[in-house]
Amino acid sequence: MGDDYVISEIEKHHIQFLLEQNKRADGRILSEFRKIAIETNYVQKAEGSAVVSIGDTQIIAGIKATLGSPFPDTPDSGVITTSAELSPLASPYFESGPPAEDAIELARVTDRAIRESHAIDLSKLCIVPGKLVWILFIDMYVLNDDGNLFDAATLASMAALATTKIPKVKIISEEPLETEILEEELEPLKIDHYTVAVTTYKIGEYNIFDPNLKEDQISDARITFGFDEQDRIVSMQKGKLGIYTPEEVKTQVRECLNVSKSLRKELMKAISK
Amino acid sequence: MAGDGTVQLIDEKGKRVDGRLKDELRPTEIKIGVVKNADGSAEIRMGKNIIIAAVYGPRELHPKHRALPDRALIQCFYRMSTFSVNDRKSPAPSRREKEISMLLSDALTSVVLTDKYPRTTIDIYIQVIQADGGTRCASLTAASVALADAGVPMRGIIAAVASGLANDIVVLDLFDLEDQKGSGDMPLGYCPTLNEISLLQLDGVFTLEQFDECLDLSIEGAKRLYDIQTNTLKQRYADIRAEVAVDEDDEVKEELKEQLNDEVKEELIEQLKEEPKKEEVKEEPKKEEVKEEPKKEEVKEEPKKEEPKKGDE
Amino acid sequence: MSEVKVKNHEIVIPGDLLAEGSLKYGDGVIRRGNLYYSTIVGLFQDRGDYIQVKALKGKYLPRPGDLVIGKVVEVGLTNWIVDVGSPYSAVLSANNATEKRFDPVKDDARRIFNVGDIILTKIISFDRTRDPQIITNERGLGKLRGGRLVEIEAAHIPRVIGKKGTMINMVKRLTRTQIITGQNGRIWVQGKKVEDELKAIDTIKKIELEAHTQGLTDRIREMLSNNQEENEV
Repeated sequence: MGDDYVISEIEKHHIQFLLEQNKRADGRILSEFRKIAIETNYVQKAEGSAVVSIGDTQIIAGIKATLGSPFPDTPDSGVITTSAELSPLASPYFESGPPAEDAIELARVTDRAIRESHAIDLSKLCIVPGKLVWILFIDMYVLNDDGNLFDAATLASMAALATTKIPKVKIISEEPLETEILEEELEPLKIDHYTVAVTTYKIGEYNIFDPNLKEDQISDARITFGFDEQDRIVSMQKGKLGIYTPEEVKTQVRECLNVSKSLRKELMKAISK
Repeated sequence: MAGDGTVQLIDEKGKRVDGRLKDELRPTEIKIGVVKNADGSAEIRMGKNIIIAAVYGPRELHPKHRALPDRALIQCFYRMSTFSVNDRKSPAPSRREKEISMLLSDALTSVVLTDKYPRTTIDIYIQVIQADGGTRCASLTAASVALADAGVPMRGIIAAVASGLANDIVVLDLFDLEDQKGSGDMPLGYCPTLNEISLLQLDGVFTLEQFDECLDLSIEGAKRLYDIQTNTLKQRYADIRAEVAVDEDDEVKEELKEQLNDEVKEELIEQLKEEPKKEEVKEEPKKEEVKEEPKKEEVKEEPKKEEPKKGDE
Repeated sequence: MSEVKVKNHEIVIPGDLLAEGSLKYGDGVIRRGNLYYSTIVGLFQDRGDYIQVKALKGKYLPRPGDLVIGKVVEVGLTNWIVDVGSPYSAVLSANNATEKRFDPVKDDARRIFNVGDIILTKIISFDRTRDPQIITNERGLGKLRGGRLVEIEAAHIPRVIGKKGTMINMVKRLTRTQIITGQNGRIWVQGKKVEDELKAIDTIKKIELEAHTQGLTDRIREMLSNNQEENEV
């Protein structure tokens, strides 16, 4: 349907009042996350998959691997490409049709964290340099939107990648190029970095983590940071119309880094099962 | 799809590749309320199929000129996730998805009491998470449950299953391999309480005897699925002990009719003047409830059935 | 001569056969010949003289005379579009909004009600051909300022009000708040202290959660009285 979500003044005041008390409508404090659940290997037909729930927000990420040609300027690298769909299945405020800005932003921010952190060594996806590489598709679908899609998206993508298994490729001949995919011989995708994204949201003068839908909608600005397991910052994106002072940014990156550790803990717990 | 019959799909003992006998359904499970934002939703697992159906509506339709003046539009959108099949499916809507969306919309339109909500749309979104044959049928089965969960009034609930030919033997509920390599496939959507078939397709090569046998077997399978749908819906509310709430409900309606009198209105006026309300708590007038009267006139029987259905195969 | 096929208060689903014969019937029932079927998932009610199925879930359907709490979602030149939580948006036209005459040349609709305002309104008409029309120019109706909002299923409003208003009056008294219940499931709460408002809201949510259980009124009274004692200590 794509109706705009109108939040009443009364509801806005309610949220702001609670923030002043370091509280939120569901009893959490400002820095608290809702319950996180990660289920991997959800879709057997996919090379990798994961469903992540943060509170009532739910996203599924699926990984498909296909053989293809590398990009001409990176002949020894495999390819990863990330997409996201905000289907009207997940919310009365999503519209049908090809991915709009929001979906594209979600995909690109998630992609940036994974790519820039070198979570996967793309050269390991190369089969015949210059001719044949694995192309990994990371496709995400939002199953229910209750705020904070960014953090859920990266968590789902990483959980899916970390449990992905790709078949071995046998090269029968190089000229002409003939290969055989050994469907039965699966190898786990090697993960070099366990990247996690944490988004901080600004409502007035308050900064919160993991907003629900209403909080997300009334937030003035947000910054999504990507961190690797060595506490390095690998990606950053500010969204929405509001602004941050330099001091605020420095404070927030440290707060987010702190939070990233517990998110990573959830990730590692889920993929080690 | 029509295969060439060279793959052995069923052995001499009547066992199929996945261990089932010819008249066995795949293990099926339905969960309700899986999409919190939706007005109604259901997830079905049928063998390896994992499909989510989410219902939004009745709600307003944009653009308004597409709305029907005297009833609700039923719009079903069937989509397959890229990773739901072995070879990644392109995210762009395919012709197959559009056709299936239409078939599902038509089938559901035949049972929904659309004249109760003129000028609205009831949108059903189907997301195939994993596909393993018979997804249009499993989608229809899930969509019916999701509509019931949403409180959309219907004449009955539809269950759907595809039967077909495996090595020329009629089998129930084809899974992907049988669909691909078998020689015939007949998806069927059926409402047992109405004895109505609302979705029907066929491809392959069937003799008349095989045709009849397939149809009967599908109906039998649909009835079993219907039992699963019924149990799932009733289980959801099984813990309600109704007596107390129900009686109070009716009495309350009687009381409320009498409460909005002048004295009480005066108080409300005082309270709701332009200034912010700071006064102490006062009694609130209760809202008048329009009384519920048993319908004396006849409810119109069924929605129009004479319309030619689009997409007849 | 009629025969009812289902036990009173049993859960039924669309298509279930309820009764046979010649009966009066209400919501959730459809008649075909001399057979009566359920059209929804709900509680079958055999009231002796008529049968109906009570929906356990479902959107609010406007009825003329209903008092509802709406949210303004759009402001036009001479009207407002108001979300009342039903499949149809309600329309509030300028001449139904204020006591004074509205002059589109001089008056600005946004000064009366703006997007995001919460208003107490009454439905004056609703039929199959038009969206529901609402008014705010009767005494008692209009913009609700301050306070807090809670939304529950419209079907549970009678339970929140209780027999002869017992439940809601008790909540108001014991939380020292003013509460306005809209038929559409929206409830507005205002008290002198914010804690009181929050307590009232939590209580209402609890009532909804346990709407179908026995002894709820007593449990709520006990819960509120205990808290009150604690606060006064």
